Amino acid sequence: MNPAIQACYFVAAVLFIVGLKSMSSPKTARKGVIWAGAGMLVATLATFFYGGMDHYILMIVAILIGGVGAWYSGRKVAMTDMPQMVALYNGMGGGAAACIAGVELFSGEVQAGSIGFLVLAVVGAFIGAVSFSGSLIAFAKLQGWMKKALRISGQHLINGGLLVIALVLGALIMALASLSWALIFAFFAFSLVLGVLVTMPIGGADMPVVISLYNAMTGLAVAFEGFAIGNPAMIIAGTLVGAAGSLLTSLMAKAMNRSLANVLFSGFGADEGAQSEGPQGEMKSMDPSDAGISMAYSSHVIIVPGYGMAVAQAQHKLWEFVQLLQKHDVDVKFAIHPVAGRMPGHMNVLLAEAGVPYDMIFDLEEVNDEFATADYSLVIGANDVVNPAARTNKSSPIYGMPILNVDKTQNALVIKRGRGTGFSGVENELFFAENTNMVFGDAKDVCAKMVAAIKDL
Amino acid sequence: MITGFIALYIFMLAAFTGYEVISRVPVILHTPLMSGSNFVHGIVLVGTMVALGHAHGPLELAIGFVGVILAAGNAVGGYVVTERMLEMFKSSKGD
Repeated sequence: MNPAIQACYFVAAVLFIVGLKSMSSPKTARKGVIWAGAGMLVATLATFFYGGMDHYILMIVAILIGGVGAWYSGRKVAMTDMPQMVALYNGMGGGAAACIAGVELFSGEVQAGSIGFLVLAVVGAFIGAVSFSGSLIAFAKLQGWMKKALRISGQHLINGGLLVIALVLGALIMALASLSWALIFAFFAFSLVLGVLVTMPIGGADMPVVISLYNAMTGLAVAFEGFAIGNPAMIIAGTLVGAAGSLLTSLMAKAMNRSLANVLFSGFGADEGAQSEGPQGEMKSMDPSDAGISMAYSSHVIIVPGYGMAVAQAQHKLWEFVQLLQKHDVDVKFAIHPVAGRMPGHMNVLLAEAGVPYDMIFDLEEVNDEFATADYSLVIGANDVVNPAARTNKSSPIYGMPILNVDKTQNALVIKRGRGTGFSGVENELFFAENTNMVFGDAKDVCAKMVAAIKDL
Repeated sequence: MITGFIALYIFMLAAFTGYEVISRVPVILHTPLMSGSNFVHGIVLVGTMVALGHAHGPLELAIGFVGVILAAGNAVGGYVVTERMLEMFKSSKGD
């Protein structure tokens, strides 16, 4: 590789690190992505001069197809649909890593080289292929193309079997170190099917963990393929993402108090063992305008948004309501649970879209002690993340998950469409508590009514 | 070609860098972290370009071609959505 190209890759790697570092503060985050974008541009342009390459026209056509399509879809997508777009682009990255391995394996070049590179190419191909098909399934589920969490009986056995077959095929490719098309095809096919079957049974509320995991996996796949073809920019960028993504994944899993294996392999909500002792009593309901006026006359309100807010597109009305509260000198804060929504950071995006400044948004650790002193907490479309059973009921499937202490506020208000249970199928005793009032209705309508009520004061 | 232990050193250092760069993760940063890192692995584009550039025969060409499309989608799409999301983030002190 010529030194000028090496230098460009080096600059790109530095820009990626600087960019990622800048992304760890909301003030500089936007600059960070521009730095990283510049790095990407430098590396891509340099690659055109790599030397010994053909098919430039095909290459440019492919870049245009992928780039223009993604540019267009990325510009057009609504903020509420961000999780599936992130899943889709991530899957494409995984697929691309698998394609590199495909070309290398079918050409027989890696087999001819040292065993180390062959192993990396095959492992990267496996991870990339699983991330590709898995992310596409996650996309389809989030997009609503696949409504049910499909569970086949003996799922674990089938998945385990597929995993073993894919690994054996991969090992055979390494051991034989020769070119067998059938073997390579079978290896890719089994890896792809495995990604599909692993992702199928995973429910919507686990999506933040899954998306984050596939992101980390794509990063690793890119790094491995970078080793296999000797490309330092790919090694460094891929490893960075692999590490950062793993950190984020473990954070997500911890926020649900479940291990990664549990998220991936348990049929969560499939076996309802602990339904015997549901909470007793009546839900009290409150009129939206009463709820709005009561909060306007209080001094401290904490708002807990969840996926229901995204579904109802209620963020704009909610922010309008919050601004009215602020005019009445109410101290308002937003409390966000790490796994609220369908991807890490889903709620931040929606609140930012509505115009909520990020210094009003707080972490679970930052804000949890404040619930005890707040006059009102307003839960909007969240359920399991505020269920006190996670603290008290050992038999509950969500037992041990850190929750927002809404039940400790003086008055809890819960906006909810109906009386049903949450994703986990667990009744929420918060809804039956003495100091809780339910405000039934579509989140957006309820917010509009609360706004109207305060304006009439 | 980067070989053996040099490769291992690069891997180890990059992994630590990735981990350290994001040492504490407040909830507000989950978005850029998620979507920004999704963009960064779009660097796979350079690998697919090299693979396509060196491909022989219709099968390799087809796989390489698809690879470049997918990678370009990852890079461009990842950038666009990250930029769009971060553009909206602002503080109440107005900056």
